[in-house]
Amino acid sequence: MSELKKLNVNPCKMCMPIGAAIAFKGIENSMLLMHGSQGCSTYMRRHMSTHYEEPIDIASSSIDEQGTVYGGEDNLKQGLKNLIELYSPGVIGIVTTCLAETIGEDIRRIVADFKQNNELGSLALVTVSTPGYGGSQFEGYYLSLRRIVEQLVEEPAHKTKKINLIAPNISPAEIRELKRILELFKLDYTILPDIAQTLAAPYTADYSKIPAGGTRLRSIKKMGEAAATIELGALVDSSLSAAAYLEDKFAVPVYRLPLPIGLKNSDLLINILAEISGREIPAVLKEERGRLIDTMIDSHKYNGQGRAALFGDPEIVYAVSSLCQENGVKTILMATGSNIATFNNKLREITAANREQSLILNDTDFEEIRNYISEYKINLMLGNSDGAFIEEKDGIPLLRIGFPIHDRVGAARQQNIGYQGTNTLLDRITNQLLALKHDNFRENLYQKYYQPLSKSIAAESFTEQSFQTAELSVGDQ
Amino acid sequence: MKNSIETKTLKAREDFIMTKGSNQQIKCDQQSLAGAVSQRACVYSGARVVLNPVKDAYHLVHGPIGCASYTWDIRGSLTSGSDIFRTSFSTDLREKDIVFGGEKKLTTIITELIENDNYQPEVIFIYSTCVVGVIGDDLKAVARRAEEKYGIRVIPVESSGFSGTKSKGYKAACEALLNLMEDFKEKSSEQQSSRTKKIGGKNVFKQQAAIMEQSNKENKANGQAEVKFSQSDTRKAKINALVKKLNHLSEIQTSSGINSYENLKQARRLIKQKQRSKTRKKLNLLGDYNLAAEGWIIKSYLQEVGIEVVAGFTGDAGIDDIRRAPTADLNIVQCAGSMKYLARRMKEEFGIPFLEISFLGLQDSLESLRRIAAQLKDPEIIENVERLIARKLPPVLAKLKVYKSYLAGKKAAIYVGGAFKAISLVKQFNQLGMKTVMVGTQNGKAADYQKLEKLTDPGTIILDDANPSELEEFMRQKGADVLVGGVKDRALAYKMGLAFFDHNHERKDPLVGFEGVINLAKELDLTINSPIWSVIGSGKNE
Repeated sequence: MSELKKLNVNPCKMCMPIGAAIAFKGIENSMLLMHGSQGCSTYMRRHMSTHYEEPIDIASSSIDEQGTVYGGEDNLKQGLKNLIELYSPGVIGIVTTCLAETIGEDIRRIVADFKQNNELGSLALVTVSTPGYGGSQFEGYYLSLRRIVEQLVEEPAHKTKKINLIAPNISPAEIRELKRILELFKLDYTILPDIAQTLAAPYTADYSKIPAGGTRLRSIKKMGEAAATIELGALVDSSLSAAAYLEDKFAVPVYRLPLPIGLKNSDLLINILAEISGREIPAVLKEERGRLIDTMIDSHKYNGQGRAALFGDPEIVYAVSSLCQENGVKTILMATGSNIATFNNKLREITAANREQSLILNDTDFEEIRNYISEYKINLMLGNSDGAFIEEKDGIPLLRIGFPIHDRVGAARQQNIGYQGTNTLLDRITNQLLALKHDNFRENLYQKYYQPLSKSIAAESFTEQSFQTAELSVGDQ
Repeated sequence: MKNSIETKTLKAREDFIMTKGSNQQIKCDQQSLAGAVSQRACVYSGARVVLNPVKDAYHLVHGPIGCASYTWDIRGSLTSGSDIFRTSFSTDLREKDIVFGGEKKLTTIITELIENDNYQPEVIFIYSTCVVGVIGDDLKAVARRAEEKYGIRVIPVESSGFSGTKSKGYKAACEALLNLMEDFKEKSSEQQSSRTKKIGGKNVFKQQAAIMEQSNKENKANGQAEVKFSQSDTRKAKINALVKKLNHLSEIQTSSGINSYENLKQARRLIKQKQRSKTRKKLNLLGDYNLAAEGWIIKSYLQEVGIEVVAGFTGDAGIDDIRRAPTADLNIVQCAGSMKYLARRMKEEFGIPFLEISFLGLQDSLESLRRIAAQLKDPEIIENVERLIARKLPPVLAKLKVYKSYLAGKKAAIYVGGAFKAISLVKQFNQLGMKTVMVGTQNGKAADYQKLEKLTDPGTIILDDANPSELEEFMRQKGADVLVGGVKDRALAYKMGLAFFDHNHERKDPLVGFEGVINLAKELDLTINSPIWSVIGSGKNE
């Protein structure tokens, strides 16, 4: 966002605690307690529940006026007791909100005190400071993973061949895909966080309010023993990086990769897995890769007509921009509401050779995004459902990816990673562009060229540019 | 009771849960219990849901981004005009602002908003959030300065999240609305003072109210208020009563010549013309948010019977509508939880009487229409209401009969925010032959729970500020077939293998009036009788 612009119009980000909530939902038998006013937990539960279509239970310490004045310590301790009684969790994440941070709550001290004065058995408590004004969901997510690792990983007794995989904020189906790939390489792994089941629980006759699945506490404790950590997060600052901590503290080597979306990004992951495992790339993956390339060739001319705007989570924007680049979809606009130091440079790097310069907006909002979308004749938006507003107002189709997706089903089942997921996503992109063309070309060409005989044939001159515009416009002229 | 609650309920929560027939008193209207996973939101959320539908106002959230992000365009309030209320404006406070105070940023942002060519704010509501309450930004001062500088209204909404429950937020929103109505008051008193003196230092509205009261008394003396119908009256009896009434009216209201008119129709027309020209009755609709056009449906009924709606609070409300609201003869209040406060205050300030009504459910809709007509003491309206009912009721009853055959005997669990919704749902389920086995609300008051207790069968669980564990426990225990609730509750019901009815802020199908009754039955049938339940096998504890 430009320095002059201070007013946020239609936010393209959420706050830190919701990132924390998603991270903790991927820990086995865990619950989250937000230290703050009652509303935060409720709003975030709603936000997550419509995306994942799952019950999302998050407790609050429900600080009231009195707690705000005299401190929320009693509320937090009482909240922990009640939460333990109701849910019997194995891990509790205790995260702060704006309110708790502003009144200066020291959750580390309060929780340490609580531990000392209560028989908690094997229950693990992890504290994360996530003031809503301190960053976006992106920082909240990665910081929580880092704190989980910092506070739970034990001094390794020996080294193993296991690998750690720090997963970005992707869908449960995508976590399952990562697992499938790791298993194809016969790797022993700890994936953190693992929302594969916890945020996409299969229906069973007996509902359990803490869903099965998630990263096991004992696996987290042993992450220091691993042979390597792969962190999927090209833009993650080392202060937010669980992998960086494991490297600094226990000398576990780090492989930092972007999300495996697109051919090149998927290759990066697969090649590293081959290297770490010392195995050949499994035939099934080679086949999937070949099929993806086949699709890329089949669809390249259609894709070449795409003028895309990408927005939302910085990692997703970064990875999808790579997919667009390699398929000729023009990445006209790439934007995130988060404030990420490396966002501009990293994206500038991969789009440097383009004929048309890309617009890269860090720390922006949907007002700015919308202005450019109209100005630069974007014909496809890729991002979360917060872009639906622009779709509704300006008629630019929105292909929903990332978090949150509130107005369509299946967000938890979206699978856009690896060769297979990329193939699916690419088909969705291509089909959207095809639909646009097929729905509009008759009318567009009629409007552009048809002249009744009586009228003068002296038509406006057409240039290369206007020809393109006629073909690619959304059909609102 | 104690043994049926079992271990799933926290001890501190037990007083908030009761079983109908057990002679317990239910505790309610308290701050939520820490760690209990309450379904409630905060003060800010209360203010936001009530005020946000004001369509041409600019709603500026002064706080960190989350507060704006999670409430951006989440209500299904429809508009017939401007839709700027669907755009989220926020000061997006950062760490630095928290340390040094947010007033400067707020001031800058108001300027930015006003100077932006795309926006023409006439009224800006500034919502306070948790941190703003703590760091002590003086919203009033900032707003006052902006008003002076730009000549527009900038109205602070005192909605710091921690400062109470959602109900407090409703009040904060109502105060902001009253603040907006002050404009009218000022304007009118200026005009008034140039013509006549104020009565006893109070404003024109007191005077208006006094005049109205006088005319009401006169009407009463003339026997006009006597026409009241109960549901058991036959149509013929109603018409007879109306004819009698109209004859009487003709005598007193018109010149002597009218007596000679044999033709009742002509008499009616004459009265109609006379009333149209002089005293078309006007009212405000409070506590409707025009979700899925519900306000429009209610307004269409009122218009048809000869009542003009000045302002909806706040569904499809424009700034000018709200400013004109004090001219109404009557306020009708649907969602009492959010708007009764405003009705009371408008009675104090402007002398406008109010009537609690509900257009959710057939029984309530009919009753409400009749009560409004009776309150307005207008014979033509009374008659028109009967005509409207006579036209709309039979097809609805016919359809309901069919749905009743699909739904009778099904067991419903209800957990909603506002008590008026719960009450109307229980009534509607009774009408459909369904049984309410559990009913709870987030923000109900003691009187609401008494009503619910009266309406339900012995054994029904009634709860206040429940959490998912309790909902799960009691739905299982009572063998519920369907849960009625908000967005967060949907996934719980589905995971338990139960049908679910969406009674939320973002619904797309109207639930008020004659149409609403059918929509409700239709959606219940859609979910309860879906083929999937027999395929997947029930997840209930049989």
